[in-house]
Amino acid sequence: MALEKITKVEGKAVYVPGDDIDTDRIIPARFMKCITFDGLGEFAFYDVRKNDDGSDKPHPLNDPRRAGATILLTGSNFGCGSSREHAPQALHKAGFRGIVAESYAEIFFGNSTTLGIPCFSAARPDIREIAAAVEADPDLVVELDVETPAIRCGDKAYRAELRDSARNSLLAGRWDPIAELLEGMEKVEETARRLNYV
Amino acid sequence: MPRSLFEKVWESHMVRDLSSGQTQLLIGAHLIHEVTSPQAFGMLRELGLKVRFPERTFATVDHIVPTDERAEPFSDPLADAMIKELRRNCEEFGVTYFDIASGRQGIVHVVGPEQGITQPGTTIACGDSHTSTHGAFGAIAFGIGTSQVRDVLATQTMALNKPKVRRINVDGELSPGVYAKDVILYIIRRLGVKGGTGYAYEYGGEVFDRFNMEERMTVCNMSIEGGARVGYVNPDEKTFEYLKGRPYCPKGKAWDEAVERWRQLASDPDCGYDDVVDFRAEDIMPSVTWGITPGQGVFIDETIPDPDKVDESQRDSVIEALDHMKLKPGAPIKGTPINVAFLGSCTNARLTDFQEVAGYLKGRKVARGVKAIAVPGSMAVGVICEELGIDKVFREAGFEWRGAGCSMCLAMNPDKLVGDQICASSSNRNFKGRQGSPIGRTILMSPLMVAAAAVTGEVSDAREVFGIESPNLVSA
Ligand code: SF4
Repeated sequence: MALEKITKVEGKAVYVPGDDIDTDRIIPARFMKCITFDGLGEFAFYDVRKNDDGSDKPHPLNDPRRAGATILLTGSNFGCGSSREHAPQALHKAGFRGIVAESYAEIFFGNSTTLGIPCFSAARPDIREIAAAVEADPDLVVELDVETPAIRCGDKAYRAELRDSARNSLLAGRWDPIAELLEGMEKVEETARRLNYV
Repeated sequence: MPRSLFEKVWESHMVRDLSSGQTQLLIGAHLIHEVTSPQAFGMLRELGLKVRFPERTFATVDHIVPTDERAEPFSDPLADAMIKELRRNCEEFGVTYFDIASGRQGIVHVVGPEQGITQPGTTIACGDSHTSTHGAFGAIAFGIGTSQVRDVLATQTMALNKPKVRRINVDGELSPGVYAKDVILYIIRRLGVKGGTGYAYEYGGEVFDRFNMEERMTVCNMSIEGGARVGYVNPDEKTFEYLKGRPYCPKGKAWDEAVERWRQLASDPDCGYDDVVDFRAEDIMPSVTWGITPGQGVFIDETIPDPDKVDESQRDSVIEALDHMKLKPGAPIKGTPINVAFLGSCTNARLTDFQEVAGYLKGRKVARGVKAIAVPGSMAVGVICEELGIDKVFREAGFEWRGAGCSMCLAMNPDKLVGDQICASSSNRNFKGRQGSPIGRTILMSPLMVAAAAVTGEVSDAREVFGIESPNLVSA
């Protein structure tokens, strides 16, 4: 199962400010009444984007100038709370291919990496600066360079962090680990026998 | 070399290193539920794979089940489709399924220990972040996403980064009216909601030694609210006593051998930790949250923070939280009127939770205008409560006594807040919209504090309401 090698993500960006944005906020639980992930995209951030009657609230994701954004800029501890993969799935289906936050909750980080979404960590002032640049020019292209890793925007470059294991697997096209896990089945059986309870 | 329990379990379950640098780790027991598993089974079908160890995989239904009218078909067609899908998947792949008809249904984190599936020294995975609960037994338990559910179904392993281990000691003695829930709310408040990122939390000290298994579960359950994906307590005689005779535990000679093995698991006395934090039990008071993260909490006699007086880095969060909660900065949290009281969830819906509350609730009445519901964590908990007459105490007080499930913890079933109702809740998350209404408000607290709020109609100090004498209680 050959996967695409993800060396960089580039595109328009949108800034959703806030710390501790939890996965309930990214995809409210009621939209998880489903047996496939299809169609989740339109419900990303639903309750902060929509009024009761379904009309739009003022929100960066409703701003037509941000339409087609592929990079999400946000605050710290992004994706905390529930382990629901519905959250990164909804973001992916809404068109996001990369995230820049100050920090991430662990399960969300892993879930996103498995979908091939690089989760970059950057300093708060840098994120704010990029957000301001994008605010001034919505068509500005932001580039997440997985190799370095670094964020480039206009003629500026920013330091970013990406956990080695995630970076390695994105670059090698092994971000979904299932193929490699299956390759290890013989050793799995061995370990199970040794443990004697599995 | 002396090792922590975490290291012993991790090393014994290591299959191999992966090219990314992660570890392929064997999972001893895989628990699944209806919300995060259907897509995983779908992926399995697409890849033409089978469940590799169906006898190590256990399913139940909890998130979407109604707690009042439980006969199928459910009135919500989507919920009905989900339970049917789970049943079909379990049949097709040969997975044990604790259905409502089996009498063993309940919240997955209540059912695992109750059935004796959760055992010391095992690794456990479940597509649910509160899987950390199982760590109360000295298991290493991970909440995982759906792609990982697929990985575990297909290979009984998953790819993981090895976390660091932080030992958290709570020594001293908790005063009357202070519960396990207060301990974990305090720990989260002190270490922050992201303080545990990258760590497994090992809880210990005198307070944990004294805690019964259900209290340990309450604390381990909320590890994830402090950012730690894994939380555990070293197993001891209480652990073995709780497990003895449970359906999936070894029997006879095999039991004795298992206990012998389990005794070796506890962290070696002189093992090293990546970090150690010490707390005093005497510093912990009954706690409630005022905000929209479990770290935004205060003691019951403290005031709601004022954004002008908090650290700059916190200001935006405090403003956002107060805006959602519609609470007044600087005002006491005590006396905040509530509309709903919810006693349930995988944090606090076990036998001892209901027992403790019933002891105080007897003869009291839920305040007029408050909707109070009690939802056992499992059908088995419900049955024991009914045998002991605990349900009657709740009913007579004016609580609705319901069937088992997640219920208003996340409101994927009909139990939801309406509009901006405020709920005194024994659950674990006070996120915006968590209890089913986007503008609904949640105040987290211990079960007895929920009962106190239910009878007074406002956030109250349970020690005052129920006449619990405490040396720390400044009486008026
Ligand atoms: S009770 Fe709440 S936290 Fe626990 S598994 Fe159910 S929804 Fe999740």
